[in-house]
Amino acid sequence: MAKLTLDDLKRIKEEVRSTTVLRDGGFRARVNIPMGTCGIAAGARKLMSVVLKEIEEKKITDVMVTTSGCAGLCSREPMATVEILGKPPVKYCDLNEEKMREIFVHHVLNGEMLEAYALARGSETTY
Amino acid sequence: MKTYRTHLMVCAGTGCVSCGSLSLKERLEAELKDRGLSDEVKVVITGCNGFCAEGPIMVVYPEGIFYKKLTPEDIPFLVEEHFLKGRPVEKFLYTGPAIQETVPLLKDIPFFQHQVLRALRNRGLIDAENINEYIARDGYAALSKVLFSMKPEEVIQEVKISGLRGRGGAGFPTGLKWEEGRRYDSFPKYVICNGDEGDPGAFMDRSVLEADPHSVLEGMTICGYALDAHQGYIYVRAEYPLAIHRLNIAIEQARNYGLLGRDILGSGFDFDIGIYPGAGAFVCGESTALMYSLEGKRGMPRIKPPRSTEAGLWGQPTVLNNVETFANVAPILLKGGEWFASLGTEGSKGTKVFALTGTVNNVGLIEVPMGTSLQTIVYDIGGGIPDKREFKAVQIGGPSGACLPTPLLNIEVDFDSLDEAGAMMGSGGLVVMNDSTCMVDTARFFTDFSVDESCGKCVPCRVGMKVMLNILNRIIMGKGEIEDIERLERLGQHIKETSHCGLGKTAPNPVLSTIRYFRNEYEAHIQDKRCPALVCVDLIQFRVDAEKCKKCGLCKKACPAEAITWEKKAPAVIDLEKCIRCRSCIQACKFNAIE
Repeated sequence: MAKLTLDDLKRIKEEVRSTTVLRDGGFRARVNIPMGTCGIAAGARKLMSVVLKEIEEKKITDVMVTTSGCAGLCSREPMATVEILGKPPVKYCDLNEEKMREIFVHHVLNGEMLEAYALARGSETTY
Repeated sequence: MKTYRTHLMVCAGTGCVSCGSLSLKERLEAELKDRGLSDEVKVVITGCNGFCAEGPIMVVYPEGIFYKKLTPEDIPFLVEEHFLKGRPVEKFLYTGPAIQETVPLLKDIPFFQHQVLRALRNRGLIDAENINEYIARDGYAALSKVLFSMKPEEVIQEVKISGLRGRGGAGFPTGLKWEEGRRYDSFPKYVICNGDEGDPGAFMDRSVLEADPHSVLEGMTICGYALDAHQGYIYVRAEYPLAIHRLNIAIEQARNYGLLGRDILGSGFDFDIGIYPGAGAFVCGESTALMYSLEGKRGMPRIKPPRSTEAGLWGQPTVLNNVETFANVAPILLKGGEWFASLGTEGSKGTKVFALTGTVNNVGLIEVPMGTSLQTIVYDIGGGIPDKREFKAVQIGGPSGACLPTPLLNIEVDFDSLDEAGAMMGSGGLVVMNDSTCMVDTARFFTDFSVDESCGKCVPCRVGMKVMLNILNRIIMGKGEIEDIERLERLGQHIKETSHCGLGKTAPNPVLSTIRYFRNEYEAHIQDKRCPALVCVDLIQFRVDAEKCKKCGLCKKACPAEAITWEKKAPAVIDLEKCIRCRSCIQACKFNAIE
């Protein structure tokens, strides 16, 4: 291993920081994907992969991804809830990978709700 | 770098490892793999989380959910429920002694709420065996700042401003020590980290070394730069294999990165660190004895002056600091001495790590601002005394410290207030004792320890402590005389004044403090031939008080010698011929009916 320079040290810090930042709190937004049996069956795992991939590619450090149980509306799965801190959460339904990507870019990153896919404001309580 | 949605921080401090946290980790990884979650959920092994009483511990981020007392058998259910379906599992969440509902989040648990983490800033948050995670949390940022933008004098000045005092016990100002070490123009100079933590019940240094070894390496390197020293040694107990293991990994990684060794970060400054496992002598925690031991000689303190800063290891200028002291250094240089001094009391700045043990609900490792009251530590953080018993005393400072009684619970803990109370900060062991503890017996325990560990160099400690022990043994056997109390006090005072090293000077503290605060117990042992806490077997009658006896028969079940006769609706009777005085019945009796 080559010896580090000051710049290397900063680079490592930034790189690793982006992966460990979720241990610190201080998030700007949260994406919650219900993962009940119904959600998983309807393809919630694919949504999860999309979100994680977006975060990884765009090096985003202030978005928290969580899962929750069945939201009770099994017929409209897979769903996702987007919450920009300080604003009411918005629940999206009947999603697929493409829609999820759109929501991520528009709502999570730019703060604009995508009304076309939205079900309602509000969310079940999660930790 | 790969992104995971969830990090599972599994505590792998010595406490949790001994409760099986490593098999927990294996099971977790296997289960996550089975469920296809390996790419989303990452398992990280951390150092001591601090809440040892609830181990093995796992904290789930980003939510910060705290799981306690997990077993490998719990894992499949937990993984399915929480990590697959997103439902935190109620039955593994924390619930406190006075709390009805479960507390899901770590930050809401009272044990953690009153703490301020500085020396332990990375505990439970990084993988102790991965230097990158340390770097991600500002690791080695202080070192680069120091090497490229500060003169050694400025480093020392900043440490002086911070008011940092040695965390090993005596509380000598760190900045002053470094300045002394810099003043002498004799080379090479040495930096030593004292990790020979020997006090019964203390495990602060071990936890720092296990959880965040790089913080110590960085602090030592900064010290080396300030002194113009190029070699450091960490003297650590051989009884701490995990700490040594993690230190070895950390040193290796730092060397590979060029953060130790020649030309650190291209600055031209050279510094390297070696590990020296101690062979287990308590006296080697004394700085001069430690240096002899490092040199391969018998560990015995020597006469000062010269101080170690002038002529220490191999006769060269040497600065020796404690593990926790070094762990505090990097943030001081990064954030400034004034930031550090913003917490604490007039004479003691910053925070202090304590190992909280004994009869207290929340046994664990804590860090609180200097000046926090014992009340807060024992009740708010420690969660009070279990089993409906009464608080009696807290022993602070190990064999050099004292037992402080209830009226002193409001004492604001810092170097000076403890000194006034006849105690000592020591390295920070806090042993809580309830009303079933006999203070004379406690004093005897620590005296016995000091006698065992006396190096034998000076008469007051070698002979004096032995005489004190003999007197205490006599009292405990019911052969004490009332003059013994005064004898102990006089002798203790002599030993304090005439002993050679710090260990001898403080060895009588346990006896002197218990006489000062619990004189009535000594008098009960001597005059009434009675041990109020029913600990000293020679002073127990082993007689059942028929009025207090509730005729439940628990004592009969507990007796291994079949010395107790009991029939329904009749008080128990102990046959003293058969009784082996093991105290099993006393511990079994819920009504204090046995005297």
